[in-house]
Amino acid sequence: MNAAARAAATHPEWQLKLYVAGHTAKSMAALDNLKHICETHLAGRYSIEVVDLLVNPQLAAGDQILAVPTLVRKVPEPMRKIIGDLSNEERVLVGLDVRPYVPSFARAR
Amino acid sequence: MKKPTPVDAPDRLLPKAPTGIAGLDEITEGGLPRGRPTLVCGAAGCGKTMLAAEFLVNGALQHGEPGVFMSFEESSDDLVANMRSLGYDLDVLQAEGKLVIDQVKIERSEIEETGEYDLEGMFIRLDHAIRRIGAKRVVLDTIEALFSGLPNQALLRAELRRLFHWLKDRGMTAIVTGERGENTLTRYGLEEYVADCVLLLDHRIVDQVSTRRLRVVKYRGSAHGTNEYPFLIGTNGLSVLPITSLRLDHQASGERVSTGVRGLDGMLGGQGVFRGSSVLISGTAGTGKSSVGASFVDAVCGRGEKAVLFAYEESESQLIRNMKSIGIDLGRWRALGLLEIHASRPTLHGLEQHLVAMYDIVRASKPDAVVIDPISNLVMSQADSSLQATLIRLIDFLKQEGVTSLFTTLTHGPVTDVFDSSGVGVSSLMDSWIVLANLEFNGERTRTLQVVKSRGMPHSNQVREFLLSDHGVELVDVFVADQRVLTGSTRKLREALEARP
Repeated sequence: MNAAARAAATHPEWQLKLYVAGHTAKSMAALDNLKHICETHLAGRYSIEVVDLLVNPQLAAGDQILAVPTLVRKVPEPMRKIIGDLSNEERVLVGLDVRPYVPSFARAR
Repeated sequence: MKKPTPVDAPDRLLPKAPTGIAGLDEITEGGLPRGRPTLVCGAAGCGKTMLAAEFLVNGALQHGEPGVFMSFEESSDDLVANMRSLGYDLDVLQAEGKLVIDQVKIERSEIEETGEYDLEGMFIRLDHAIRRIGAKRVVLDTIEALFSGLPNQALLRAELRRLFHWLKDRGMTAIVTGERGENTLTRYGLEEYVADCVLLLDHRIVDQVSTRRLRVVKYRGSAHGTNEYPFLIGTNGLSVLPITSLRLDHQASGERVSTGVRGLDGMLGGQGVFRGSSVLISGTAGTGKSSVGASFVDAVCGRGEKAVLFAYEESESQLIRNMKSIGIDLGRWRALGLLEIHASRPTLHGLEQHLVAMYDIVRASKPDAVVIDPISNLVMSQADSSLQATLIRLIDFLKQEGVTSLFTTLTHGPVTDVFDSSGVGVSSLMDSWIVLANLEFNGERTRTLQVVKSRGMPHSNQVREFLLSDHGVELVDVFVADQRVLTGSTRKLREALEARP
């Protein structure tokens, strides 16, 4: 691992938190989908922290979590939230602001 | 929809959690259904949050039941500030572990939705807060805010249904507030989920006077008052009228107390009125109602008992000055701490607010007697059908407290009509009714007094002449001559004639 990669690992450009409640099918799906999306689009520039609210219920209030799974983009600011199992890659990328939203009819051209 | 858990048969009575809100526990005969959610609905600004917060605070302070306030609208700082204005310090309660305020913020703009999810996070937050302080009460205010925050309504509804069952399973006595809808109780139909007990709050303006009303729309498995009851948000929080019981079960005392007018005591079987009874003094302007009232106060304080005088016509100092002119020194009793005079403009508040102020004062200073001079002034602003009911409550309350009460009321119209009207239609509620009248006859006016009724005691049926002298109210001895009662100068003349040797 070179110096740049180490720096990215400690202070990555994209700091993501995934809130789940136990190892449910939905939370596992969300984590798998998230990993796949990040590897595809943000390789080497991201970190994922998984917070299990069943283990740490006190953390739910801090980030105003109601729905699970919830993905929170802490960095870069401003904070963004995506709720659901992250099965729609396009919407996750738009939600995270990785890619500006382009309507499908525009993309077709 | 699942049926609520059946009530234990041996008990038969539904277990209830007292709200500690004056009046509400009486209407609901003990409080809200324990271990079940109650829906409180009403338009914006009608006091839902206040009611819910008081329910929690009273639970924590009076019943040892800690509570969780989950706020979906108001920030916790605002809530703390609002409740502080009513004299509750939520910060202290939070520090003592009796209360948790969890503010739920949901910003539609910063949330993207993709794929399946549920609201387990909210359950976990609530569960965590409940466990932390061992909560028994929960408030969700206003959970409907979620409908604007989350796009998936079908999921939200399923989750709310789950939430209310979840609360029930944990035995939480909960208040869920909801905004009034167009044709439904709540905008998003929460009543569908919370079916055990529904309270409806309303805030309306009639003749430019604002009144808040509360109604128990539904209370499954329990008797409850069904009327609309006026309620107020005063300096001590919420109070619902009636503050007293709906029953008529006060203890009647056999003890008699003087009215302060010796001749009048004589007319009432020689002993005055019953302690704890209510006396109405009615009469047209200038018949001496206030003077009779002051005599009564004088007698009460003279026995070393406490009296409270509510004056709605004269200021305190004016009243003291005027009564001095007939030899009644009210200032002395006030200095001794036996008399409290509360003078206020009737127009200052609505009737209900006046009544609540009276309740508060009577509760605080626990007098033996109360004089209200006059009640007719309190009602001049409203031609309200609820007026009589409200006055019944006041009279009932005073009786319940064992307070002897004297009300004066101004009647209009000719003297001969005096029996037709007690001014505000409350004569039937009173135990004793004394009518004062000025008789104009032969170029002079004579003050007369008669006892129209006095329950439970023999009373004179004579019309007596009375004088306001410099030593109080005095009844003149009956002077019969030529088979008729003489009054005024005719009497004096006759007395003088007979006194001549």
